[in-house]
Amino acid sequence: MSQNEWPLWEVFVRPKAGLDHKHCGSLHAADAKMALQLAREVYTRRQEGTSVWVVRSSDITASDPGDKPMLFDPMEDKVYRHPTFYKLPEAVDHM
Amino acid sequence: MVVESIRLRLTPLVQYRLRIADTCLIHAQRLGEWCGHGPILEEDIALTNLSLDLLGQARALLTHAGKVEGQGFDEDQLAFLRDEGQFFNLTLVEQPSRKASAHAPGGDFADLVLRNFLVATWLKALYGRLVSSSDAELAAIAAKALKETRYHQEHAADWVVRLGDGTEESARRLAAALDRAWPYTHEMFVRDAVDDAAAASALGPRRDELAADWQRGVAAVFSDAKLALPAATPFVSTGSNGVHSEHMGFVLAEMQTLQRSFPGGKW
Amino acid sequence: MYTQAMDLAPKEERAKLRSAEEAELEARFEARIDAGDFIEAKDWMPEHYRKTLVRQISQHAHSETVGMLPEGNWITRAPTLKRKTILLAKVQDEAGHGLYLYSAAETLGTSRDQMLDALHSGKAKYSSIFNYPTLTWADVGVIGWLVDGAAIMNQVPLTRCSYAPYARAMVRVCREESFHQRQGFDSLLVMMNEGTDAQRVMVQDAVDRWWWPSLMMFGPPDKDSVHGTQSMRWGIKRISNDDLRQKFVDATAEQAKVLGVTLPDPLLAWNAERGHYDFGPIDWDEFWRVVGGHGPCNKERLAARVKAWDDGAWVREAALAHESRRAAKKEAA
Repeated sequence: MSQNEWPLWEVFVRPKAGLDHKHCGSLHAADAKMALQLAREVYTRRQEGTSVWVVRSSDITASDPGDKPMLFDPMEDKVYRHPTFYKLPEAVDHM
Repeated sequence: MVVESIRLRLTPLVQYRLRIADTCLIHAQRLGEWCGHGPILEEDIALTNLSLDLLGQARALLTHAGKVEGQGFDEDQLAFLRDEGQFFNLTLVEQPSRKASAHAPGGDFADLVLRNFLVATWLKALYGRLVSSSDAELAAIAAKALKETRYHQEHAADWVVRLGDGTEESARRLAAALDRAWPYTHEMFVRDAVDDAAAASALGPRRDELAADWQRGVAAVFSDAKLALPAATPFVSTGSNGVHSEHMGFVLAEMQTLQRSFPGGKW
Repeated sequence: MYTQAMDLAPKEERAKLRSAEEAELEARFEARIDAGDFIEAKDWMPEHYRKTLVRQISQHAHSETVGMLPEGNWITRAPTLKRKTILLAKVQDEAGHGLYLYSAAETLGTSRDQMLDALHSGKAKYSSIFNYPTLTWADVGVIGWLVDGAAIMNQVPLTRCSYAPYARAMVRVCREESFHQRQGFDSLLVMMNEGTDAQRVMVQDAVDRWWWPSLMMFGPPDKDSVHGTQSMRWGIKRISNDDLRQKFVDATAEQAKVLGVTLPDPLLAWNAERGHYDFGPIDWDEFWRVVGGHGPCNKERLAARVKAWDDGAWVREAALAHESRRAAKKEAA
């Protein structure tokens, strides 16, 4: 995986006052300000939003789906399957 | 068969309006070249939004100018059937952007964001004054455009800083882009009879009145971008007077080709 | 058409089961599929399912971004400011669709860079239709009418795909897609109804060139399609190539009458018995030629994508460098 890749951000949009922010997808951006601007460009072109949140995908902690056996997965997991979301000891980091 | 050009009855107050309209139009046209070719998909979408905003401003301003001019020309007749000599955009915006011209190389992303920044800062200053124009319609157009231009300026400024204070390569490219663009900025602040006429009727500011605001805005961002202000030169471009660079002919040939080759066409 | 990926992929070997637990998981997975459950990003899934989806979704995404190029070719030459605006917005939407799809694919363990690398190196494919040139302004309208029309037919079933991130992306895409087909049809209607003879000739010529490639978008005939069954079981591909193609012909033949254009198929005729339009044989040699890299524009399309990415490397690098310096300063403060 390239070390030069812009990080991934999750985008949440509040469609109008009174409603919750809803997850609508992700995008790549180099920094938080850019992520916010791009989120507006990509996800609110048709006036779909009054408020936008962006969160680094790596900052999201997701719950374990109910029926997954404890044997294969840690209790708290990352939302994506990106290999780089998992920080491993240096000795095994080549995988 | 070819469609003949329209001839405008030019007065200073018509030309004043066309200077703004044409700058937005040609700037939007060059920006449109980047759609599908940006450095990353996300930024491609952002750049296209800039082009769409400017195109919207151009359409409103051209329609307005057409009404004032009095022969009943609409936005399309003005965009597609005028000859080069009756276009009054800043020469800066007709310079090659992504694509090369006949004997001039194309620019890179540094040229693009720098030009966006210099022009947006100018339009922001201009629209900021036009909101109090004696012409209510022009004032209304400016009010809407100002909102868009503030965003354009911020977006472009952020990129200028990222490139100026990014890597050695990006700084080098940005400096080269500035060398190319800077001489064309002098035209933004020339004062002539057209400006005087506009000021006299409170239609809008003289170009030289925008200089202080613009220089302040540019200097602040250049400082963050670690860019040195180039020295002033005696070079003055004259697109605002209908005397363009060699690139304008190609811009118009491409833009106007369909209307010229389909007389009576409906689209 | 976007499921061309499954028709054209090499035959995959099913991974050997590692353990009894794995067999149990797979059985439970299949039961969920059969029950019509949605699979989310973190759910257990067979490796074969994951790989198929990565290929399918990423190639769908590539199709969107490569698809920006044929119509993008006419942005600077659009005949009116209104048409220029519409075209810019439409091509921008294609970029957005690509983005939603790359985003969905990334939930499966691949990255944007990896996917683009596959595209640029020629390993990944994109829909073959975009390897044809846009030679006149009428091509832009015809693409909206035929190509986007075909895309809509393909995309609606995908909103019920078992893999939820893909299904959700498709819902977004479908919402925006109907604008694409309508603007194309509208453009052609104006030229045919109100335009000049020269414009009508231009429209008919564009239809003549794009009709057969549009039919090829739905992929090879069912009998020649290798992966249909498994993908259908998994709810990735819900309607067969031939069925979709027939649906498309039936709808479009009627639309052509409204436009006043003829479709270049002397065997196209309504069959009252079947309740469908009969149509002539498709030149599958042409299809395989284009899919194999030898269509009119394959090399240019890929070169344009590669150039944009390569030319943008220093830009992406600069943005990252700037941000890490800023973040470091903030930490130190």
